Amino acid sequence: MAGEIYKKPIMFAIVSAVVILVGTAVTMFIPMMTAQMHPKLEDLKPYTAIQLAGRDIYQREGCNNCHTQTVRPLKTEVMRYGEYSKAGEFAYDYPFLWGSKRTGPDLARIGRKYPDQWHYRHFEDPQSFFAKSNMPSYGWLKDNLLDPIDIKRHMDALGFPYTDEDISLLNGKNELDALVAYMQIIGASVGRKGAVRSKVQLDAHEMENPLAGDPAAIEAGKGIYEENCAVCHGGNGGGDIGPSLVDNVFLYQEGDLEDEDYFEMIYNGTEEGNVEAGRTMKGGMPDFGEDLSKDEIWSVIAFIRSLQNK
Amino acid sequence: MSDYQYDNRTVNGFIVSSIFWGVVGILIGLWISVQMWAPSWNIAPFFTFGRLRVVHTNGLAFGLGVGAIFGISYYIVMRLTRRPLLYPKLARFHLYLFNAAIALAAVSLFAGMNQSLEYAELEWPLDIGVVILWVIFAVNIFGTIIKRKEEQMYVSLWYIIATVIAVAVLYIVNNLAVPAGLFKSYSVFAGVNSANVQWWYGHNAVGFVFTTPILAMFYYFLPKSTGLPIFSHRLSIVAFWSLVFAYLWTGAHHLVYTPLPDWIQTLGIVFTIFLIAPSWGSVVNGFYTVAPDWSKMRTNYLTKFFIFGITFYGLQTVQGPTQGLRVVSQLIHYTDWVPGHVHMGTMGWVTMTVAASIYYIVPKIYNTEIYSVKVANTHFYLVLVGQLIFSVTMWITGIQQGALWKAVNPDGTLKYTFMEGLAKNYPFWQMRTAAGVIFTIGMLFFIYNIFMTSRKGNALVSKGVR
Ligand code: HEC
Ligand code: HEC
Ligand code: HEM
Ligand SMILES: [Fe+2]
Repeated sequence: MAGEIYKKPIMFAIVSAVVILVGTAVTMFIPMMTAQMHPKLEDLKPYTAIQLAGRDIYQREGCNNCHTQTVRPLKTEVMRYGEYSKAGEFAYDYPFLWGSKRTGPDLARIGRKYPDQWHYRHFEDPQSFFAKSNMPSYGWLKDNLLDPIDIKRHMDALGFPYTDEDISLLNGKNELDALVAYMQIIGASVGRKGAVRSKVQLDAHEMENPLAGDPAAIEAGKGIYEENCAVCHGGNGGGDIGPSLVDNVFLYQEGDLEDEDYFEMIYNGTEEGNVEAGRTMKGGMPDFGEDLSKDEIWSVIAFIRSLQNK
Repeated sequence: MSDYQYDNRTVNGFIVSSIFWGVVGILIGLWISVQMWAPSWNIAPFFTFGRLRVVHTNGLAFGLGVGAIFGISYYIVMRLTRRPLLYPKLARFHLYLFNAAIALAAVSLFAGMNQSLEYAELEWPLDIGVVILWVIFAVNIFGTIIKRKEEQMYVSLWYIIATVIAVAVLYIVNNLAVPAGLFKSYSVFAGVNSANVQWWYGHNAVGFVFTTPILAMFYYFLPKSTGLPIFSHRLSIVAFWSLVFAYLWTGAHHLVYTPLPDWIQTLGIVFTIFLIAPSWGSVVNGFYTVAPDWSKMRTNYLTKFFIFGITFYGLQTVQGPTQGLRVVSQLIHYTDWVPGHVHMGTMGWVTMTVAASIYYIVPKIYNTEIYSVKVANTHFYLVLVGQLIFSVTMWITGIQQGALWKAVNPDGTLKYTFMEGLAKNYPFWQMRTAAGVIFTIGMLFFIYNIFMTSRKGNALVSKGVR
């Protein structure tokens, strides 16, 4: 009699447990036993001691309450953040930190997007970069020194490889150093920009700046510059986190670059080792191709030229 | 010692504790709502948004939610088995341990000890504490039920039994970790697999903390306070078994479009859609229970709490399955829509049902009447309005955010930078704080009413009131 079960609590408990465990087994326990749940990209490396220390701080400060770390395979999302997330990127994430709320932007492709210096300044005072940012400031982290013994214990718990030197290098480093080191490694196994993102290569007829010298364009370019570039290149192009735009050194060599080289760097951003006009980049300049239209990029170049009095 | 009076005092202790932790959680909720639009309200290191948000969710889920569940389940179990608790002293110890654990939990979260698993943030020593609390609860619940004086187990007992079993499995599995010191551990699960385990847990924490035990209260107190029997026993049976079966398959709806294998996502979405059925089984059962005499909505002040509560549960369980669909998820996932969804459930369904249950219990154990129906009605309308403004503003913000993130110009570039989108949220976030204030005032009326009722009530009654 089925009705009997409502008079037999132990029987009832056993049946409920079985009913509850069916879905649990099919969607959770069984997949866990299979390789599909444990993928790993070839380039993926375990966190180093300082990166792990940074990740610990990320967890402690609950950054995942405002930031996600997974880019969905949706067109605009890939445009905004970069290549969509791959299952194999997270093999050393105990646990995953994908998050569930994007109060701030996704961080899955933050690694090497900005120079270290940008992060130090941004953590110190996010509102000085973006007046409307609601991110708390984390400058106080630099007052806390790392504890190498503690971090060593953490590396041991995870079984990540390290040398004694790795640990002794932590001496004198602070928590902000660690957090920045962690920022710079996120997504490194995939690269910030993926295949889906089209890099621009200008055609011959496009190489001239169509807006060169146009006063309206220079005025518009000034606004665009102040909003997007000034944090790194300084208020009047004099250089700060990024190099000066008004001296005669470009990509670490004497001599100016062409408008089209400017265009490509602004559109594509820069990555360490890439070459533009025969000069090698160090990386750290974000790409603007998805945010600024071609005309806007040409306007900002016209504005830079006006700063250079050209 | 084994009498109702002693146990009633334990029940009352849980109720008072849960209200206390509820106040803490709600105030921190207000605080973080302000931080969203006024970052100067962050006070490093202990009171920044990233840490406080976790104190808010844990304070309310474990402090208010689980505290009320412990106390009210004890109350229900005693009435439905027609006997006092099997281990009264153990239940009293349970109460003390519960408060100690929640206090330590709050301190540890302020200090940043955090496993980064949503609703399972507590570090491993506290996890052990939670498991002990749960075992004590299980022993007393099962023991009392086995030694019951009423042969037939009523619906509420089914839901309580399912809760005890499911939460135990969920909590233990998701918290498995390798300790790396007293205050730090690393999950044994990594990457995609850890995401799958976490959202199997996360979704079912909602299912077995914010749904099944609350349904146990609903099925017990609605007939009690209206004097009307539950509409259909058969419907109760079907809804119960299909609910506890289907819930566990659906965690992946929190991971739509992530690197989780597609088949798990799709399977999760299919069961998510199915979940409407068992959820609405209880909704329909509730409505039809009151249907023979809708005047109860006016004449009995508790009826409207239960009926509005189950209505929000009904809306929630239509909205939830919709959110699971890929096309909807891609728009609202990661946006403020989700807190909108969450708070219709927590402020609308859970808090209303729990508050009404407490309104029923406290006068009973003090052998008196409620202090003021008028105050209860004021409480009702304030929390109702607060919750509605909260949910609706967050739904609007969420859709707006999702749309701005997706917008492109004719030339193919993104139309809005992230910051342009964020700046548009500010007025809505401010409105949410206002909604939260209204809700909080409503809760203060509730607390005042309960306080005055217990002051008015004489000594605890010794007879088991059924
Ligand atoms: C209250 C929510 C909030 C918290 C908590 C928070 N952030 Fe942010 N974060 C933001 C917002 C909003 C932005 C975008 C505006 C800005 O850059 O300041 C942002 C931007 C960033 C950026 C720049 C992203 C980019 O692509 O330009 C980084 C890096 C970052 N946050 C890291 C962190 C880390 C690490 C933590 C924890 C220590 C953290 N954030 C905590 C809200 C938050
Ligand atoms: C996050 C900081 C940052 C921002 C924002 C930024 N840049 Fe850069 N920029 C750099 C860095 C770093 C380099 C050096 C690139 C390299 O070595 O790869 C650079 C190089 C350049 C160069 C070559 C200059 C030289 O002397 O080598 C130009 C031109 C330039 N940026 C223009 C812009 C413009 C225009 C904007 C705004 C649309 C902008 N940058 C925004 C960091 C930034
Ligand atoms: C049929 C029932 C339900 C279904 C299918 C459902 C579905 C969902 C889905 C799909 C999400 C994720 C949204 C996103 O991130 O894109 C979600 C989030 C959430 N739901 Fe529900 N929901 C249901 C009922 C409830 C109830 C009754 C509550 C009780 C309060 C609730 C509380 C929550 C919470 C707390 C979250 C947020 C999780 C997070 O932190 O991201 N849900 N729900
Ligand atoms: Fe869910």
